[in-house]
Amino acid sequence: MPDQYGRFGRFGGRYVPETLMNALLELEEAYHKNAKDPSFQEEVNYLLKQYSGRPTPLYYAERLTEHLGGAKIYLKREDLNHTGAHKINNTIGQAVLAKRMGKKKVIAETGAGQHGVATATIAALLGLECKVFMGEEDTKRQQLNVFRMKLLGAEVVPVTSGTRTLKDAGNETLRYWVANVEDTFYILGSVVGPHPYPMIVRDFQRVIGDEARKQILEEEGRLPDLAIACVGGGSNAMGLFYPFVGDESVRLMGVEAAGRGVDTDEHAATITKGTEGVFQGSLSYLLQDQYGQVQPAHSISAGLDYPGIGPEHAYLSDSGRAEYVPVTDAEALEALQLLSRKEGIIPALESAHAIAQTIKVAPTMPKDSIIVVSLSGRGDKDVESIMSYLGGDGL
Amino acid sequence: MNRIDQRFAELKERGEKALIPFLTVGDPDLDTTVDIILRLEEAGADVIELGVPYSDPLADGPVIQRSSQRALTHQVTILDCIRTASACRKRGSQLPFILFTYYNPVLQLGLDHFFETIAEHDISGLIIPDLPIEESGPVRERAQAYQIHLIPLVAPTSRERIQQITSQAAGFLYCVSSLGVTGTRSEFYDGLQAFVDSVKQATDLPVAIGFGISNREQALQMASISDGVVVGSAIVRQIEEAMPLLSQAATREEGLLQIRDFVRQLKA
Repeated sequence: MPDQYGRFGRFGGRYVPETLMNALLELEEAYHKNAKDPSFQEEVNYLLKQYSGRPTPLYYAERLTEHLGGAKIYLKREDLNHTGAHKINNTIGQAVLAKRMGKKKVIAETGAGQHGVATATIAALLGLECKVFMGEEDTKRQQLNVFRMKLLGAEVVPVTSGTRTLKDAGNETLRYWVANVEDTFYILGSVVGPHPYPMIVRDFQRVIGDEARKQILEEEGRLPDLAIACVGGGSNAMGLFYPFVGDESVRLMGVEAAGRGVDTDEHAATITKGTEGVFQGSLSYLLQDQYGQVQPAHSISAGLDYPGIGPEHAYLSDSGRAEYVPVTDAEALEALQLLSRKEGIIPALESAHAIAQTIKVAPTMPKDSIIVVSLSGRGDKDVESIMSYLGGDGL
Repeated sequence: MNRIDQRFAELKERGEKALIPFLTVGDPDLDTTVDIILRLEEAGADVIELGVPYSDPLADGPVIQRSSQRALTHQVTILDCIRTASACRKRGSQLPFILFTYYNPVLQLGLDHFFETIAEHDISGLIIPDLPIEESGPVRERAQAYQIHLIPLVAPTSRERIQQITSQAAGFLYCVSSLGVTGTRSEFYDGLQAFVDSVKQATDLPVAIGFGISNREQALQMASISDGVVVGSAIVRQIEEAMPLLSQAATREEGLLQIRDFVRQLKA
């Protein structure tokens, strides 16, 4: 998976303007060629290790486990990566590929700014010119990340079309790419978009699951019973799940943002509430109205605030291999506080959704069972907004 | 005979080039769209592209994005756009209509229902800018069954794909004038002439050029190297500018004539 048309079952594909087709075909070819080249793998692995600090620990959260009184909880510490989230796993891979394809300019979309920062970071390291498209709303919500990207030498382009958030940043990046496709590499940040992106991003993120699998076997001598990760577009979840897909005994659980609740209009629970549709280059589940207009998503977490989801997740859901469950803003905020107090780890709001689901299921599982949770990012970027949600002395 | 083929055949006989205006249906409202189309026919339009407003128009620049947003604020649907064709027909229009829509609204109607409906409303062609040949099989099959032309876009970056695209084309080939989204621009692709020639060599169908053509000079230049020109954003902008006139009963006619006169001078 995927097949030659970029299909995961019936999902995926390449629904883009003709202008981009040759660029996608060239990218696919270059990717396959490099993926087979040991020197490419070596270069990527060197950067993952020496630059980003991999492997990240698989940390046994003993105090949280005791508090919940059920399954043993292990946290895959993607938050300890350079730039503070799993996003850099993918940007390192794509940027090295861009360099090898002879591209000197890279572009990226970003929501909360994590992927933008990770792209600006690797672009600085490899000497690539970098432009990041960010919804105007998000540039206001995440001013610090905007400044961070500028500090790293990237240009941040505020996007004023549509809802002025992540989905429109994605549209605008694609539009820019159409106009500049001959010399520009698009570093796409999640397992979404036209083929080959969902495959490439998965392959660069699978290091999360590959490491976790090895680490849990070393630590416990067996595979986990459950793997949990939050899902916006779904890159950290795909990265964690993929190496376990063949292990039937491992339950896979993706956590979607339910915002103010899946029975309101303000959520981002794409698989729970969405329907099949084509969005930003691929067929997957989508929040849309009956006439196919894309509906705005809502989540407290900017990284999950997205009306689409990666096509391979749609496939894993349909085939029953993975399940997808919703967690609300309020539940995520509570989980964030619990993890902070019990373990001294402030998770990103995105990752707090995975923790919230862990809080729900761990107590229902036997004490000798094992959960691996992807702690996809750290909460530093969210501290200001958490403060405003909880109120100054809400603690 | 498909109305598009008929029109191109007539033009060829007269030694003329096709003028193909695009507008966003429902901007500013559905009735005005019909009035505008009738004026465009007077102005010498040969084929009309009915643009279906979409929330995420990937191939469009700011002018068409804005017009789509305006149309969507009063809930214009793909069905409204399709019905606009027969609304024009009822008022005497002889024009062939092409529905220009992103793929998702088509998919949500269901392909069979969609084709039944566009055939019923006398739509002759279809342009789906985010449906490259690799994905177009199910649509093309039905289009052929209904004798509706699925008109493909060909880009300056298509290169070796040109042959494959032309071999599956119907109606005409839509050559994209430059890299980028729709909207006015001062420069076209450097190798445009060579690109258009290579498309012509690969097909017996008419070849039209679109994207970024905004004034008479450009329209004449493009017509001289092809069989027709598509003008979109420039007309949508005219409609946008005429909106204060169109919204008042006393000045509505003036607004419509202003749009008509703009389009008239584009005709080669």
